[in-house]
Amino acid sequence: MCTGIVETAELSGSGKGAQGWFPVTQANVGFDHPSHVALDYAVLIDFVNPAQGPGARVAVELTAESARGLARAILTALEAGEAQNVLAPSSR
Amino acid sequence: MWNQLQTAAYEGMLAEIITLKGHNGDAIHAYFARPLGSGPYPGVVLIPHMPGWDEFYREMARRFTQHGYAAICPDLNCRIGHGTPEDMAAMARGQGGVPDDQVVGDCEAAMRYLKALPFSNGKVGIIGTCSGGRQTYLVACRTQGFDAAVDCWGGRVVMAQQELTANQPVAPIDYTKDLSCPLLGLFGEDDQNPPPAQVQQHEEELKKHGKSYEFHMYPGAGHGFFYYDRPAYRQQQAMDGWQKVFTFFGRHLQS
Repeated sequence: MCTGIVETAELSGSGKGAQGWFPVTQANVGFDHPSHVALDYAVLIDFVNPAQGPGARVAVELTAESARGLARAILTALEAGEAQNVLAPSSR
Repeated sequence: MWNQLQTAAYEGMLAEIITLKGHNGDAIHAYFARPLGSGPYPGVVLIPHMPGWDEFYREMARRFTQHGYAAICPDLNCRIGHGTPEDMAAMARGQGGVPDDQVVGDCEAAMRYLKALPFSNGKVGIIGTCSGGRQTYLVACRTQGFDAAVDCWGGRVVMAQQELTANQPVAPIDYTKDLSCPLLGLFGEDDQNPPPAQVQQHEEELKKHGKSYEFHMYPGAGHGFFYYDRPAYRQQQAMDGWQKVFTFFGRHLQS
């Protein structure tokens, strides 16, 4: 890692990787050199399950602007769920 | 340097994965390439960059071997597990990177492996790019036995207090007084990590301690300008940089 920037979040859910669906237990969010997108630095998000090994990974590499848009979209979707009463209070 | 070979000269190499006793005696993998011949050959330890123990670094090792060096590149993520270089680099990133102490131990072990080879000339250099550039400097400061070091655009040699972590507890620049061998540094003027101001700060620290070094700051280049698989590649700067690497290692390792 070049920048040393990484934030970790515990997750509960599923992700679809190269081998199909697997339980996702963690997200690692970095800002560092991407492997694919043509940028020097990008927001790197890995949805992983460390207990299942390095291959249990769904990866995205995003521009900073689009990553902010994603963060906003997640919050907006959650608010909409609350407004429609499909998001249980215990999940808030 | 480039294309200066003689067409009549024999050339051959052996390149393979070996097992090395690294930090704490742990068995780790290393990519090892050597010329086929009795030598004596100088050695080079290569520290992989942030994308991991990948194809670029294997090609880089073979490039050194083509130029008469025994080259070894330890898998610094070996203890975490195995998979594609990308997956392993991502896993290491999620764990906050490998500990500096472990990197120093693994690279020192790689240096001793090279020096013990029957075809060694007794001299070993070290080179790394990106995070490997930072680690190269760290290793050159914290060990004895390397004869030359090349830091290619290593970011976070200068670290603010809030950047220090359990795995990287000390800024490499703070070890400068202990630098044990001549240093070559290659940097891009448009780089954000390290920015030119930090390179200058590093240079001032080297001067303060009377260290042997040469730094080159390339206009029109940013971070990773050797990487021909990335948009950061800059042909002219990369070719000049490689020339400087081989000249520097030739001066310090082949005599």
